[in-house]
Amino acid sequence: MKQRIPITKMKSYARNKSIALTDTSMESTASLNKFLINLADVFLFIGRVFRNTFSRGFEFKEFLKQCFQIGNKSLGLISVTGLIIGLVLTIQSRPVLVNFGAVNMLPSMVAISLIREMGPVITALICAGKIGSSMGAELGSMRVTEQIEAMEVSSTNPIKFLIVPRVVAATVMIPLLVLYADALGILGSWAGANIKGDVNFVLFITQAFGKVVFMDFIPAFIKTFFFGFVISMVGCYKGFNAGRGTESVGIAANSAVVMASLLVILVDLFAVQITDLLL
Amino acid sequence: MSTENKNTEAVIDIKDLKISFGGNEVLKGVSLQLNKEENLVVLGKSGTGKSVLIKCIVRLLKADSGTIEVLGDEVNGAKREELEETRKKIGFLFQSGALYDSMTVKENLEFPLRRIKKDLSEEEISQKVNEVLENVGLPDAIDKMPSELSGGMRKRISLARTIIVDPAIMLYDEPTTGLDPVTSNEISMLINDIQEKYKTASIIITHDIECVRTVADRIIMLKEGEVYKEGSLAEFESDSDPYISSFFKSQSLKNQK
Ligand SMILES: Nc1ncnc2c1ncn2[C@@H]1O[C@H](COP(=O)(O)OP(=O)(O)O)[C@@H](O)[C@H]1O
Ligand SMILES: [Mg+2]
Repeated sequence: MKQRIPITKMKSYARNKSIALTDTSMESTASLNKFLINLADVFLFIGRVFRNTFSRGFEFKEFLKQCFQIGNKSLGLISVTGLIIGLVLTIQSRPVLVNFGAVNMLPSMVAISLIREMGPVITALICAGKIGSSMGAELGSMRVTEQIEAMEVSSTNPIKFLIVPRVVAATVMIPLLVLYADALGILGSWAGANIKGDVNFVLFITQAFGKVVFMDFIPAFIKTFFFGFVISMVGCYKGFNAGRGTESVGIAANSAVVMASLLVILVDLFAVQITDLLL
Repeated sequence: MSTENKNTEAVIDIKDLKISFGGNEVLKGVSLQLNKEENLVVLGKSGTGKSVLIKCIVRLLKADSGTIEVLGDEVNGAKREELEETRKKIGFLFQSGALYDSMTVKENLEFPLRRIKKDLSEEEISQKVNEVLENVGLPDAIDKMPSELSGGMRKRISLARTIIVDPAIMLYDEPTTGLDPVTSNEISMLINDIQEKYKTASIIITHDIECVRTVADRIIMLKEGEVYKEGSLAEFESDSDPYISSFFKSQSLKNQK
C-alpha cells in the first residue's frame, strides 16, 4: 500500500528541532522518502517472488500458458524486425567494407553485431513493449476488478499463481526469442548480401560463423535471461500494485513499458562493462 | 464451537475495529456482531468504509487495532494457516464481481472448488458446478466467457462461485449496485434463497433500499467510520433523523418544492 508522507508532520518536527527548512528542501525530502519507500517496496516484492518460486507447488499449467502467450504475442513482430535489421545492417555496412577491400568480412561482421548486441537488445525492447505492457495491463485490471483479492480468499497465493509463472516464463522464453531473432537477422543479412550478386547460403553461413567465437555468444546469451527477468518483473510489479481506479490500468501498462525499456538498456550497459572486465 | 443452535450466538464478533490509510482514518472503532442464520445489512453512503470493513473480516486488509472473531477464531492476529482455515468458511461476493476474465464460467466455478476442497473427484466437481448454476438460474452459461455475460448474469455467476464451497458465512459487497430494478430484485431474492437453503449468516452491504427491504433481518448504519444506528427495518423506517430518513425516502422529490 502506498503511503503519503504528511508534510505538515515533518514541518512541525523540523520546527521543534529548529531546523530551517525551505519549501524546496521539504519537497525534496518528501520525494526522496517516497523514492526510498518505493525502492524498499520493489525489493520486498522481488523477495516475495523468489521465495514463492522456490517453495512447494509450482503452477506448471499457468507457466506453460504464459510461455505460449509470450511466444504468440511477440513472434510476428520479432520475425519482421529481425529480418529487416539483418538486411539493413548488411546493406549499410557493405560500402564501407568495399572501400577497405574487406567485403568477405561482411557476413561475420553482421553476425557478430547481431549476436552480441542487436538481437538481444532489439528483442528485449520489443518484449518490453509487448509483454511488459500486457502484464501490466492484465494484472492491473485484475487488481482493479478485485480478481486478485478473489484469488486470495480462495486459498490461492496470487504471487504464486500469477506472478511466478509469468516471471519464470519470460526468463525462459526471451532468450529463446533472442536466438530466433539472431537466426532471422542472419537470414536477412544473407538476403541483403544477395542484392549485390549471388551468394551461396552455405558459404554465407560458414563465413558468418567463421569468426564468431564462443565468447561472443555466451555473455550475450546470459544477459538475455536478465532481460526476461527484468521485463516481466517490472510488468508484474506495476500491474500487481496498480491503484484502485480504472485509470490505474493504463498507468500501470504505460509505466511498465517505460521502466522496462529503461532497465533493459541499463542491464545491457552493465553486461557490456562486466564482459569487458572479465575478458 | 461450544454452544450450538442458539440463534443469538455470534458467528462474527467485531470489537473496536480501527484502520487508517496514510493519515486517512477510515474506521474509527466499529463494533458489530453477526448472529447465526441472520441477514445483517450494513448501510452507509459511499466512502464510509463499508468495503474496508468486510475486507478486514477476511484480512484482505489488516486492521490497525481491534479484534475480529469469526466462528470463535481470531482473524486479525491469526497466523497464515489459521487464516486460510477461517477464509474457507467465508464466501465473499466482490463489488465488481471479480470473475476471472481469462477463464470460462466453468473454470471460474471450478477454481475455488479445486483449491479449497482438494479431495473432490472430477464427477463431484462437475456435479457441484451444475448444481450452483441451477441455483442461480443460469445452467446454459457454463461455457461462456465472463465478457459475454450481462451485468446481472455476471453477478449471478459470481454468486454461484461464492456459494460453491458451502461457506457458513456470506459477505456481499453491494450485490445489486449497477443493476436494473428487476434484476436487483432477483438478486435480492436469490440472497434470501441462499440463506434459506444453506443456512448461512450474511453481511450485506448495500444502499439499495429495495434490497434492504427484501433481505434485512437487522440493519447497521455506518457514518464517517463509526456505527451511527443499529436496529430493525421498522425502527429505521420510522426514525425521524434526517440523515437516516434520507436513505429510506423513496418518493419523487421533483414535484415537492
Ligand atoms: N486499499 C486502500 N488503500 C487506501 N485507501 C483505501 C483503500 N481501500 C479503501 N480506501 C479508502 O477508504 C475509504 C472507504 O472506502 P470503501 O470502504 O471502499 O468505501 P465504501 O463504503 O463505499 O465501500 C475511501 O476513502 C477509500 O479511499
Ligand atoms: Mg464499497
